[in-house]
Amino acid sequence: MSVPEVLLWVVLPYVSLAIFIGGHIWRYRYDKFGWTTRSSQLYERRLQRWGSPLFHFGILFVLVGHVIGLGIPESWTEAVGITEEMYHVAAIGIGAIAGFGTLVGMAILIYRRRTVGPVFSATTRNDKFMYLVLALTILLGLSNTVLGVLGHEGADYRDTVSPWFRSIFYFQPQPELMTAAGLGFQLHALSALVLFAIWPFTRLVHAFSAPIGYFTRPYIVYRSRNRQLGNRATPRGWDRVGGPRR
Amino acid sequence: MRVMAQMGMVMNLDKCIGCHTCSVTCKQAWTNRTGVEYVWFNNVETRPGQGYPRTYENQERWKGGWEVGRNGRLRLRTGSRLKRLLTIFSNPIQPSINDYYEPWTYDYETLTNAPLQEHTPVAQPYSQLSGKPMKVEWSANWDDNLGGAPELTQDDPVLQKISGQVKEKYEQTYMFYLPRICEHCINPSCAASCPSGAIYKREEDGIVLVDQDRCRGWRMCVTGCPYKKVYFNHRTGKAEKCTFCFPRVEVGIPTVCSETCVGRLRYIGIVLYDEERVLEAASTPDPQDLYEAQRSIILDPDDPQVIRAAEQARIPRDWIEAAQRSPIHALINRYEVALPLHPEYRTMPMVWYIPPLSPVVDALTETGHDGEDAGNIFGAIESLRIPVEYLAELFTAGDTDRVTGVLRKLGAMRSYMRDLNLGRPADESIAAAVGMTGQDIEDMHRLLAIAKYDERYVIPTAHAEQGPEMEELDVGCSLDYDGGPGMGGWGPFGETSGGVTPIAVENFHMLAGRQTTDMLAAPASKEQRVNLLNWDGKGSPTGLFPPRPDESPGLHGPDGGGVGEGSPAVTDPKP
Repeated sequence: MSVPEVLLWVVLPYVSLAIFIGGHIWRYRYDKFGWTTRSSQLYERRLQRWGSPLFHFGILFVLVGHVIGLGIPESWTEAVGITEEMYHVAAIGIGAIAGFGTLVGMAILIYRRRTVGPVFSATTRNDKFMYLVLALTILLGLSNTVLGVLGHEGADYRDTVSPWFRSIFYFQPQPELMTAAGLGFQLHALSALVLFAIWPFTRLVHAFSAPIGYFTRPYIVYRSRNRQLGNRATPRGWDRVGGPRR
Repeated sequence: MRVMAQMGMVMNLDKCIGCHTCSVTCKQAWTNRTGVEYVWFNNVETRPGQGYPRTYENQERWKGGWEVGRNGRLRLRTGSRLKRLLTIFSNPIQPSINDYYEPWTYDYETLTNAPLQEHTPVAQPYSQLSGKPMKVEWSANWDDNLGGAPELTQDDPVLQKISGQVKEKYEQTYMFYLPRICEHCINPSCAASCPSGAIYKREEDGIVLVDQDRCRGWRMCVTGCPYKKVYFNHRTGKAEKCTFCFPRVEVGIPTVCSETCVGRLRYIGIVLYDEERVLEAASTPDPQDLYEAQRSIILDPDDPQVIRAAEQARIPRDWIEAAQRSPIHALINRYEVALPLHPEYRTMPMVWYIPPLSPVVDALTETGHDGEDAGNIFGAIESLRIPVEYLAELFTAGDTDRVTGVLRKLGAMRSYMRDLNLGRPADESIAAAVGMTGQDIEDMHRLLAIAKYDERYVIPTAHAEQGPEMEELDVGCSLDYDGGPGMGGWGPFGETSGGVTPIAVENFHMLAGRQTTDMLAAPASKEQRVNLLNWDGKGSPTGLFPPRPDESPGLHGPDGGGVGEGSPAVTDPKP
């Protein structure tokens, strides 16, 4: 294990992960008000109507693909009778479609952001930096997929990147696996690590407020104004004002 | 029976002169910030007219409110919960800024620094969204006083429901104003649309609020509200809506729009209603029965059973008493002259309206008849079908009999009271003709015409023993958090990010900032300039007068004077 190897594939991932988790906790506590999608649909609808669903549904499929590809060991899929051949055809096929959907969506959205006056005015420096890293990550990832389709793929990522990724989480990092992976995967992983590190400080936090609870809650929410600002029990009328609270 | 208290409002449209004072004072109090330039929690529409945003009443297009499904159950017009979440990335039916209007300001500076020229320099309009020059083509009130009629008026969704022939005659005779705020519905569809559960109804007084910390900007509420009274703050990315001025109402003073209404046409009070029967009432199959259904869930606060149930529901005694004295309960259920706005949206709105009678009387007087004679006025209400049909589309889902009934009561009140004023004997038959007694009519006249302040506004205060939690001071020292409020400025994630800023501190900084602002839309660091529209008249802010020759312009400090007595600018001699 060389020093750069450790720095890149052990130190950086843990730093990134720590910032990712800690950053979100900090942001949620410090800045609930700033935790929003900051939708710009009010300004412009025609481009947004195509770009946004393309991008978001695309990236959700990409996410599912990553969870399967990185999270499930090759031995498991083989155990249920999926050959490596089958797996890769499916993964690369679906991945390419979802990836291109994401890419096209993102291209539309970035074009819109630059050319529609009000949307551009509402774009912060933070947003621009985030778009840069996000676009880079997506492009690198997609280029890996494309190279895979063309048969130029170096090492099988399920033998290199995936075990490395999992090794991070059971605290026995194996940086040498990443060295064995191709340059494409290395760059993609690096930019993703940077993306995770800036994630809590950008508008991307809205990914963590996906409104799953909407399915189970009653339609009308009632709330008492007391609970809203204090966490003490409401004192009874006969309690002494300013006296000890129950 | 589960009794809940609901704060509500009744507006007497006969008295509205369309002065927009309510809108302006509301705007000054709540929405004079960036991001909500186009937002009018209170607006006054001329009817017939398109309303704000344009044609918002056309629910075929905008899909606001509830509908009864084929199985007889209530559902949101936008569809199922799953459907709303699937359209979350791009809401297909959200009004765009052009359906409201693109907010603008003027480049006033040109007026002062344009070079000498033959023609007077003109301040050009600039978009407050993009900062670019723009052409002003629409605003919140473009068709005020039938401006642009009949071209603009014919797009009025209410008018379109009435037949074409009626339309033409109607336009020659009739116009009235409709002030609107959030309806603080008993069955709010905005709250039901909110994926995050950020919009809630307060248990104590039924005011519908947006929790700004929980709102994630999914924008479903904007579509869900059939009255289009939830607005999207494009700067903070959060929904905002009329708050019923809850900080004022909690201490027993009326909302800003009511307080400043020059016609004194607004009434505020509470009603008690049965929460368990809301869904059943809102699911009433025939839209024309919804008015009755909503009235039926409003409970009689003098009924001992209701009082007992209210006490069991922990409604404080003074709230029950306020409900008994409530002007809105009297107008809705005792005199039955107030009607809900668009009951067919099935949200159970709680801002009700007394339909306008005046045009009928005026029209009658113009034809040479005695406009206030009981016989004449009853006949006129019957024969002037046109406004009644229009009013019925607004207030009773098209049931003209109800509107006629209300107008007859108002007409009877005029006739009956005129006899008294002229020293003639009271004619009980007039009262009897509308199913009232002379005493009823005199009471109603007192409430509607005399309209004393303390009778118009019966607002029980939020409870003292519950009080400390509501004050911002009790959360801890208001200056006591990271960065401190005295720091001003923005958090790292854009405007207004970071912890809660007490409203008083926020106002202070905003006022100071605005008096010296130099921005049209985008931040730019030019020389500071005074915005006289926001100058409160105290002190002389930096930049109000050109610097004297012996003095450098930067001497007055960064955020200008005019907001504190210690400011050096206050004592500055004026050149």
